Amino acid sequence: MEVQPSAPQGAGPQPTKHRRRWIAALIPLTALALSGCTLPSFGAYKSDTTTGQETYHLWQWFSVGAVIIGTFTFLLIVWAVLRYRRKGDTIPKQSQYHIPLELLYTIIPVIIVGVLFWGTVVVENKVVAMPKTNVKIHVNAFKWGWGFTYPGQNAVVVGNTTQEPTMVMPVGTDVAVTITSTDVMHGFYIPQFNFSRYALPGVTNEVTFHAVKTGTFTGQCSQLCGLYHSLMYFKVKVVTLKQYAAWQHSFDTPAGKLAAQAAANALKIQMSAGLPVVSAVTAGVN
Amino acid sequence: MTAVISPDTHHDDAHEAHEHHGPTGVLKWLTTTDHKIIGLSYTVTAVLMLVIGGFFAELIRVQLSAPYEHFLSFAQYNEVFTMHGSIMIYLFAGPMAFGALANIIVPIQIGAPDMAFPRLNALSYWLYLTGSITMLSGFFVSGGAANFGWVGYAPLSSAANSPGAGADLWIGALLLTGFSAIFTGVNICATVFYLRAPGMTLFRMPIFTWNLLVTSILILLAFPVLTAGLIMLYCDRHFGTHIFSVQGGGVPVLWQHIFWFWGHPEVYILALPFFGMVTEIIPVFSRKPVFGYKGMVFATLTIAALSLGVWAHHMFTTGTVLLPFFSIMSLLIAVPTGIKLFNWIGSMWRGQIWFSAAMLFAIGFVITFLIGGLTGIYLASPPLDFFTHDTYFVVAHFHSVVMALVMGGIAGLYYWGPKITGYLLNETIGKIQFWFLFIGSQVFTLPLYILGLKGMPRRMAVYPNNPGWQHLNEIATFGAVLIGISTVLFVVNILVSWKKYPAGDNPWDGHTLEWFTTSPPPHHNFYRLPQIRSERPTWDYNHPEAPALTHGTHEEK
Repeated sequence: MEVQPSAPQGAGPQPTKHRRRWIAALIPLTALALSGCTLPSFGAYKSDTTTGQETYHLWQWFSVGAVIIGTFTFLLIVWAVLRYRRKGDTIPKQSQYHIPLELLYTIIPVIIVGVLFWGTVVVENKVVAMPKTNVKIHVNAFKWGWGFTYPGQNAVVVGNTTQEPTMVMPVGTDVAVTITSTDVMHGFYIPQFNFSRYALPGVTNEVTFHAVKTGTFTGQCSQLCGLYHSLMYFKVKVVTLKQYAAWQHSFDTPAGKLAAQAAANALKIQMSAGLPVVSAVTAGVN
Repeated sequence: MTAVISPDTHHDDAHEAHEHHGPTGVLKWLTTTDHKIIGLSYTVTAVLMLVIGGFFAELIRVQLSAPYEHFLSFAQYNEVFTMHGSIMIYLFAGPMAFGALANIIVPIQIGAPDMAFPRLNALSYWLYLTGSITMLSGFFVSGGAANFGWVGYAPLSSAANSPGAGADLWIGALLLTGFSAIFTGVNICATVFYLRAPGMTLFRMPIFTWNLLVTSILILLAFPVLTAGLIMLYCDRHFGTHIFSVQGGGVPVLWQHIFWFWGHPEVYILALPFFGMVTEIIPVFSRKPVFGYKGMVFATLTIAALSLGVWAHHMFTTGTVLLPFFSIMSLLIAVPTGIKLFNWIGSMWRGQIWFSAAMLFAIGFVITFLIGGLTGIYLASPPLDFFTHDTYFVVAHFHSVVMALVMGGIAGLYYWGPKITGYLLNETIGKIQFWFLFIGSQVFTLPLYILGLKGMPRRMAVYPNNPGWQHLNEIATFGAVLIGISTVLFVVNILVSWKKYPAGDNPWDGHTLEWFTTSPPPHHNFYRLPQIRSERPTWDYNHPEAPALTHGTHEEK
């Protein structure tokens, strides 16, 4: 995406004799904008999914634009305030319009918005794309915990405020995640994936993650859901395909089946009526 | 009361005959239909609400200054942030904008004797006051005040999930203040369209009045939708309907559509009046006309039009809305907003800037709003919204904006207060207050941006899993304390300056009609009017040698 570092210069009201100073101020910023590969993170996560990384780059370019425009405008304000402080009682020139200038600071923002929108749509299409995949996870949010079931598999994981559940998923492959809620609205939020999506009652949302490295990440509810909203945590454990298969198989043993059955029952109770939270039942990982 | 009639007024004999001999004292305040006194009642009530809402904000910040603070219980915390948001949005910002200063200033700025419907105006105020009391009374019922956030998302706001009278009082309060706003909207529209003085064409109206006209039109388009939604919500809670409940075949997301169809125009209903105040103040203290007056008006109209088509940018993460449409509409709002910003800078450019307290607050507004505006652009992009939605990044964004609006409002009070009371506020205390508020606002919001990017969701009573967030939260709390001190300074200033510094008719060398009449203005506002030949009739009268230069004469030759 191209941000136009030279564009805002002209937007200053008639800066003729001070133009050089503005250019001097813009040089480091322009250099920053052009050194694309070494852009700072501007505080966001680099992310561990493909779409999360796309989002991260979009974030960087938005930030470059914001820093350039923000710094330029801020300096204009500070300049005006310091330079034109009252020095006497003379009435300054009562100029009110400068059509070319006004057009300039209308058209340039329109162009910038167009560029930002273009970048947005490109990244957005990747983030919301749902390629076909065999690895599927169904997320069930409830007051106040999470249930993870794996369609076509035995594995079931449930946890609540006292026992965080862990969503296990394989690395290097597309994972289709469907999200719903049994009672009120919740937010399925994984900061390091640069992603969140509401868990809505009566609606099933879908998203595809493609993790690029293994590790354990935290997630939590982002949408106010009542009393224990702040304690509605979960973990995401990204493992190799081999480990993932082994984990799935652990639910096929008699003991594993029993654990999955217990978790499934707990989830069922939860889903049947949005009852007060059940005692901790967690099966699976570790 | 009529002792100061100027000699060149002829038509005042008739006026004098039925001069206002109404009740005095408390009875006057209770029975008045005078827009200035109603406006003053609004001002006092709204500032009181700011203090109460600010107190709740301080409670929130104390609770968040440690990862597992026991200062408030989970239940209390939910009530406190719900009421903080509700008070600030419904009971402070709106009424302060279109109730208080609009009521006082709009009729005077267009040379009108009062609002078009004075009794309806009084009703608006009493509805607002009763609505405010209704909402606050939630703390005194069993189960406590409403605790589902100021947005009241279904189905959390259903009878099953939020039983208790507090939620119903919240709904009732919103209905009352909603009708108050609608009536004020009707009143301002009618006043602007029918009561302008001879010569006051639409394109000679001051920007503040223009913005209030547009605000009122937005109120009329948006508030009835909220009222309808609240009635549906109440029916769901008590009369067995299932509009927002899945069990009965309803759609919970519908509440969000209704709420934000009101809620996003509401953002501009709050913001436009404060934009207007700043647009009055900056040119006066720069001794120049508003730069790009017509561009300013068209920018305001564009913002209003776009604001009706962006509501679903609050719902990007629901997965149920058309992302690109709401994204481009939201991004486009940056264009007219940018025009306004550059026009404010243009108004100062080559002026003679007088750093009164009002002007300092106005400049503080511009800088703080620049930060809030730029971070808002990120949120218009769905992929970026996905990971910042419902985090402290959003909280920081809109607090940058609303802290800017608070600065605009206080600028308005320093600027117009003398007109309505007849007395100036202490400038030195005002400037100290400004620095506390300005620095406090940045110290408060900047750490919140970082916290949001680190993944701290909003509305968290505790963050036990992330003790590393404590330091940033402590800094934000420190900022909130600075803001609190600035509020105390404001109250101190009002007490210290009480009837101390007489203002005179035109203390700031103002441009618009309110500075032509006395301070405070007489009953029905004017003894005489100047010729209105531009948007600066008072300036033209006082400085006939320095009219605004028309198009094409901007070059220095």
